[in-house]
Amino acid sequence: MAYIQLNQVTKRFGSVTAVDRMDLEIAHGECLAMLGPSGCGKTTTLRMVAGFEDLDDGEIRVGERIISSKAKRYYLPPEQRNFGMVFQAFAVWPHLTVYENVAFPLRIRNLPKAEIHARTEEALKHTNLLSVAQGSPDDLSGGGKQRVALARALAIRPDVMLLDEPLSSLDPHFREEMRFEIKDLQRRFGFSILYVTHDQSEAMALSDRILVMRSGVVQQIGTPLEVYSNPANRFVFEFIGLSCFIEAGLSPEGFHLGGTRYPWPEGATPSGEIIAAGKGLLAARPTEIDFQAEGGIRGEVLRKVYLGETIDYRVRVADTEVRIQKTRRTPGPSVGDHCGLRLTRPHWYPANQASSA
Amino acid sequence: MASIEIKGISKQYAGRTILSDLSLELQDGECFTLLGPSGCGKTVLLRLIAGFEAPDSGRILIGGDVVADAASGEMLPPDKRSLGMVFQDYAVWPHMTVFDNVAYPLKLAGIAADELKRRALRIIDLVGLAHLDQRLPSQLSGGQQQRVALARALVSEPQILLLDEPLNNLDANLREEMRFEIKALQQKTGVTILYVTHDQEIALGIADRLAVMDEQGRLRQIGTPEEVYEHPVDDFVFRFLGIANFLPVRREADVLHVGNSSERWTGLPPDKPGNILTAGFRPSDVVLSRKGEGLPGTIRRASFLGAQFDYLIEIAGTLIRAALPSHECVARDLLFSEGDSCRISLATVQWFEGQIVAADKV
Amino acid sequence: MNTRTQSRFGTPELLFMLSVGVLIVVVAFPMLLIFFNAFWVDGHFNVADVVRVLQRKETYEALLNSLILSGGVTVTGTIVGTFFAWLVTRTDLPFKKTMKLLFLVPFMLPAFIGALAWKMLLSPRAGYINRLFMDVLGFDGPLFDIYSYAGIILVETMYLFPFVFIQVSGALERMDPTLEESARISGADLFTITRKITIPLVLPSILSGALLIMLYSMAHFGTVAVLGVETGIYNIPVLIYEKIHQSAGSFDSIRTATVLATVLVLTAALIMWMQNRVLAKGKYQIIAGKSFRPTELKLRGLRVPMLILCVVYIGLTIVLPTVTIFLVGGLKTYGLSFTPENLTWANYNHILFEWDLTRDSIWNSISLGLASALITMFAGVIISYVIVKMKVRGKGFLEFLGMLPFSVPGSVIALGVILAWSGKFGINIYNTVWIILVAYIARYMAFSLKANSAALEQVHDSLVEAARASGASMAQALRDVVVPLVRPGMVAAFFLIFLPALRELTVSVLLYGPTTRTIGVAIYTLNEDGETVYSAALAGIALIIIVLGEVLIKRLVTQKNGA
Repeated sequence: MAYIQLNQVTKRFGSVTAVDRMDLEIAHGECLAMLGPSGCGKTTTLRMVAGFEDLDDGEIRVGERIISSKAKRYYLPPEQRNFGMVFQAFAVWPHLTVYENVAFPLRIRNLPKAEIHARTEEALKHTNLLSVAQGSPDDLSGGGKQRVALARALAIRPDVMLLDEPLSSLDPHFREEMRFEIKDLQRRFGFSILYVTHDQSEAMALSDRILVMRSGVVQQIGTPLEVYSNPANRFVFEFIGLSCFIEAGLSPEGFHLGGTRYPWPEGATPSGEIIAAGKGLLAARPTEIDFQAEGGIRGEVLRKVYLGETIDYRVRVADTEVRIQKTRRTPGPSVGDHCGLRLTRPHWYPANQASSA
Repeated sequence: MASIEIKGISKQYAGRTILSDLSLELQDGECFTLLGPSGCGKTVLLRLIAGFEAPDSGRILIGGDVVADAASGEMLPPDKRSLGMVFQDYAVWPHMTVFDNVAYPLKLAGIAADELKRRALRIIDLVGLAHLDQRLPSQLSGGQQQRVALARALVSEPQILLLDEPLNNLDANLREEMRFEIKALQQKTGVTILYVTHDQEIALGIADRLAVMDEQGRLRQIGTPEEVYEHPVDDFVFRFLGIANFLPVRREADVLHVGNSSERWTGLPPDKPGNILTAGFRPSDVVLSRKGEGLPGTIRRASFLGAQFDYLIEIAGTLIRAALPSHECVARDLLFSEGDSCRISLATVQWFEGQIVAADKV
Repeated sequence: MNTRTQSRFGTPELLFMLSVGVLIVVVAFPMLLIFFNAFWVDGHFNVADVVRVLQRKETYEALLNSLILSGGVTVTGTIVGTFFAWLVTRTDLPFKKTMKLLFLVPFMLPAFIGALAWKMLLSPRAGYINRLFMDVLGFDGPLFDIYSYAGIILVETMYLFPFVFIQVSGALERMDPTLEESARISGADLFTITRKITIPLVLPSILSGALLIMLYSMAHFGTVAVLGVETGIYNIPVLIYEKIHQSAGSFDSIRTATVLATVLVLTAALIMWMQNRVLAKGKYQIIAGKSFRPTELKLRGLRVPMLILCVVYIGLTIVLPTVTIFLVGGLKTYGLSFTPENLTWANYNHILFEWDLTRDSIWNSISLGLASALITMFAGVIISYVIVKMKVRGKGFLEFLGMLPFSVPGSVIALGVILAWSGKFGINIYNTVWIILVAYIARYMAFSLKANSAALEQVHDSLVEAARASGASMAQALRDVVVPLVRPGMVAAFFLIFLPALRELTVSVLLYGPTTRTIGVAIYTLNEDGETVYSAALAGIALIIIVLGEVLIKRLVTQKNGA
């Protein structure tokens, strides 16, 4: 049974629909990442789950209990929802010590002194903050402050953690470390996570499932591998990972580019609707394109840049530039050569689908 | 369109020695990158070449002419060195339009009005900002402001172009695009470029030759990107240019073992002497399999990164990282989970003498 | 090829010396003379005499009154300021934006003019409100006697509370809302959050504003002079004034005045030091960038009553005094009731076009204001440039010199200038308009430095270097890049000085001569001489000039920003 459930949750700001009839289920102990460009509605959704925003339609449940419902005009106030929450700007109180920051939610709940102390120490231990517990959070780096925020959220041993872009204010090289720390904490304590981010690599590394969102509408929900390997539309394809697109004319037997006809790529035939439209969009990952001397989609190598681990090619195919990335040991053509391309796992999308640009 | 010669330059700040007896030569028309960690002194060197600082000792020559000489006190001010410069924060003047920004160098040079207009508009077009020439910088995006800075630096057809980490504040896609544009502009105009950065990806992508500088301001290696990447002269260079794995190897009575274990080293033999050695390799050099030949290892962590799977593997007590294309992992049943056993072999190994320890393993 | 050898002693060093010189002569010298005069008698250091002066009844009574009055104003001003700041930023009060602007208006009005108006309304026998109370409503005694400690405190509160209001509303508005949201999600209700999170985080702003109120109140002459004279309540600036104007140069009086000035300066320094401590300790980084607003408290049933409270307050503090001033200014004789037969334009006509004394005072104030603003603006930008942009040794000293008079009370500066430029050192400009000019420059230099430094700091070095790399010499870079970008700061500095200079009283009241009155002095002396009606009329005109000036700046400033 799902632990957190969103049914037809909707939110409007004036004439703009920020979240459009979202249905979502999160299981116990699952980490679900909401991913999308800024303004897509992911933070608004999180804030509705937290109780900081009302709903314009739908309801939100945790377990058996309804916590937000438009129809019933019922909203459990945030302070009673028992969630742990971590904000993008840390929201750590500078006038309290690290210890007092973490103990704050426990003090509010009027727990016995000994238990407050024990739980605070435990949270500090798991976030490596025991040595700085008596200091001010202002003395810590961004990552340190974020750990304080995490410890504070963990202290109440929540079943649900809400994380709003918690790593985007940190140094890039520090982000990776924090990612793993969060994952470890989740494994250790077993809470569910609802995680908001605009960084697709972060979403893929951390989550059990990803929800991709755009302008308030859910585009796809699936495991990272699913969403990466079988994107539901052009937007998702482009938003996650590297991509290149070739627009091609279609006929029932195959596609044509710049006057040359090609058969359908192996295992990738477009749907009847797309074929009927007469043109379609061929999408491929730059890492999933091979070179072949003879045959394949013909093109001319415009650029070849050595980037260390990878070599980056730009190949002109008809009037499009196709990007190809190979690892450094893989042999490949030189600039000016004519070559053939074999797309190993391409996807077809309707030609006029909106991109993420 | 000019060479740059740096001979025996030293510079001190507040008692600290930043650069010490540094010599370097940039060839006419080449795109040269100076790569090094933050605070290593690379920006100081750039400012010395630009003329905003004077060397404590040594000489600097541009196009064969002395622009700075510590011994004689000669110092050509920046405005007389015929260079273009792009700063990290773009330094586009907020009170002037795009056109006025770009045309300023020509105005100072006293170029006649119609020629000034022609040249300014041409270069604005060249950097892809046509029709935006009457805008103010506050109305432009970061990437557009960057192009204004670039256009302004190139408009007077300078001998050399100095770039101080200008692409740092752009997002990944834009960074790549601008990197390519800078290179394309260079090839079109033939200007000599010195690009200073701490980002090895930008450095490798843009440079004809690059130099790697360490925290003490010493040049460790100079060469083409391929030379420096494939044949690093020491472990600093190796580490700086990308994720580095190190496996200790010891030689005992002509038998090679991994670290302190009894595990036999099954890879290529070292090309260096000595009994304590370290094998250095990149994540992409790791060839993974479930069983068979190779060193045995245990998967400690598996991360899906989209195009790649990133595995943290323990080999005889040492942690290394392996990166495999995800479609390959799917196709060849190489989707490992934590705790799985595996076998690794290495496609390429850089050998280092002595024991090198990785800085941090995450 | 033009090379230039580096030199050790060039333009930067020269400018630095010049700046130090100017600041020493204009600022440091007069103030040092005060200490000198107070502690150095007959060629040697003398503390006993100082103690003797301090023990006199009038001296310690002045000090005591200063402390009582400023203490009272600080407390009430802080409460009022904090309350309205919270009301305007954190509740769903209607017309918040308008209210916010209106609460800032008292800042613009000179407190002593307000005191005059309230004297006309609430003096125990002749005040209009009291008369209404007694004559029409039949009560025995006045409703309220404004000639009292309470009266002075009340009036000063009305005009000083914006110090706290501005700081606290700014802090509350810009505070990162997630600081409070994280407390909510941690389980705290709105009351607990306000108590444990919001107030502690805003406390530094409250304290900072409170200390500013205290500083200004201690140094304030006008309100106490107008309202305290009848009942003999005087503070240190008033006592200094009496000493100087009674003495006509008597040695003893001047010494008393300098001792008093020293006490005032030390108190001011103490307050500034405390303010720095407060800010340094509690300088929390609580400013946010995100767009979500903090949760508003719903006032529900209290919405309308609170609105009425605000309107009444604004009515009492702004509208009532202003209307009174203009009406009284139009009376044929003071004391008449406000009927059309009793009102006339004649007074305004007289003071504007016929009477030398008032006409000259307007001219003096405007020209002094313009001159001091222009001079400090230009001097300020050059000295700021040396401090902010140049790499010379000893910049810290220059900065210290410049900021020195920032918190020094006007009376002290005036006194210092008298000691320095009354002939003892070769220059005698006492009783001329020049001595007032010099005092204004000393007083306002710090403001100019602050405004210009802030503007200069925005001009990043890389902007200048980019100009150099484009082929501009240092002079060209200054002309084409620095000056255009600093201009808004310079304009701000100009108005920051022109308007206060126009309406000030505390400094010029100690320095004026028979023909060198300023508007403030003219209004005050007319009132002292019993010419209440003319005093009010001139005050009305002053108010008009001030408001016009403020509107002009706002127009100019927003025009520049909007471009």
